[in-house]
Amino acid sequence: MPAGTQTGATPGAGLVRVTLPAALTEFTGGRSKVDVPGAPAPVGEILAGLGAAHPDVHDRLITERGRLRPHVNIFVDGENIRFLSGLDTPVTDGAEVVVLPAVSGG
Amino acid sequence: MASGNGTNGGGTLLLGTTKGAFLARPRDGGGEGDGGWELDGPHFPGEEVYAMAYDDRAGRSRLWAAPHSPFWGTTLRFSDDFGANWSGKAERSVRFPEDSGLSLKRVWQIQPGSAREPDVIRLGVEPACLFISHDAGEEWEAVEGLLNHPHRERWVGGAGGLCLHTIVTDGEPGGRATIAISAAGAYRSDDGGATWAARNKGVRAEFLPDKHPEFGQCVHKIVHHPSNPGRLFLQNHWGLYRSDDWGDSWTDIANGVPSDFGFAMAMHPGDADTVYIVPLESDGFRCTPEAKLRVYRTRDGGASWEALTEGLPQRNAYETVLRDALDTLAPGQVFFGTRSGKVYASRDDGTTWGLVCEGLPPVVCVKACAAGRG
Repeated sequence: MPAGTQTGATPGAGLVRVTLPAALTEFTGGRSKVDVPGAPAPVGEILAGLGAAHPDVHDRLITERGRLRPHVNIFVDGENIRFLSGLDTPVTDGAEVVVLPAVSGG
Repeated sequence: MASGNGTNGGGTLLLGTTKGAFLARPRDGGGEGDGGWELDGPHFPGEEVYAMAYDDRAGRSRLWAAPHSPFWGTTLRFSDDFGANWSGKAERSVRFPEDSGLSLKRVWQIQPGSAREPDVIRLGVEPACLFISHDAGEEWEAVEGLLNHPHRERWVGGAGGLCLHTIVTDGEPGGRATIAISAAGAYRSDDGGATWAARNKGVRAEFLPDKHPEFGQCVHKIVHHPSNPGRLFLQNHWGLYRSDDWGDSWTDIANGVPSDFGFAMAMHPGDADTVYIVPLESDGFRCTPEAKLRVYRTRDGGASWEALTEGLPQRNAYETVLRDALDTLAPGQVFFGTRSGKVYASRDDGTTWGLVCEGLPPVVCVKACAAGRG
């Protein structure tokens, strides 16, 4: 990433920029980037905030038991939360959260 | 793709595959059957569609499908215009109760109830449970007698997962029903689903130290005829059985089949003695025996079986037909799809066959309905 490139939301506003794959943009009115308030907070809370505005996106990321779907990956500032603290991974003000389908399936 | 050998007797084939759903319709609208088939799809491209159904009760003409995305989960969708439009992707109405600790993985069966319960639809799902709607699919609830069954903690899934894939009922509101779970076996309720008892006496479990446990069998499919609902036919993970007492006891009827291993089984729509199966060689080699694609038919309730081969490849046919990929439609139509993406049809009770289409993704669900887009 070139120095100075802004990928997340503007720091200081408590916003987190969530980037969604194309498959989910039909549930956000076509937007692939959604700024979610509430940072700093665990990524699970950020996703809940995303779900408050776009519940159909949340349903596709999180099971009805509150677990991350097995073939969905969430990256916080480039790091896969499966190798951090899962949905408890902290997200700072201005961070970027990226949602991607896993490299799986057939 | 299409055949012109008299296989398209009208109606619509609902074809679920591992990469979406397709609808196959006869080009001549059900005339003499020589116009071949046209294919519409894929619907839900990239998603697995293990369950489809058609509901024509109470004036409806509604298709159902349960696409499953390996990434984004399972939705339940319907169409009132034969697939031109589907209900929104936000169909997440099938949910396990919060205190169950379970979450929906896949829908394996969508079964509209009988004409006497015109607003009832049942779902068989994974993890194994039965859901029921009493308002034609608006709201769904887990059947608690199964959800909280004391055997649940000892149920073990098969290769496809712990799935409830088969539902047969007596058609009476609040009546009797038998369900099948891989690999927990058959269970029956006599009280509208409040309580369920294992009904596997005589059905063997080759893969367990105790070959005849109370439950734990890997039942692959059960069928029956509405005119004789208490007589059940069962295709097992090794074993072919009949019960004449709603599953209280089972008798081996693998008389003259090349293998009693298989998945698919379908009842003739008009003859309670006629059943179709597609045997596979073994659990270790799940392909048609001797590389011949043969449907087997009994016309005497399982006392004997005959191979149906005319129009089906009898050389180099290493095919697999899965549990819901074989269906029948009155008066004498039979359809099946293969994991290699071929779909075959017969209009004469299976005596002769023709190719509907090929080149599809692996076919996991075939449902035939008499209606089509108007």
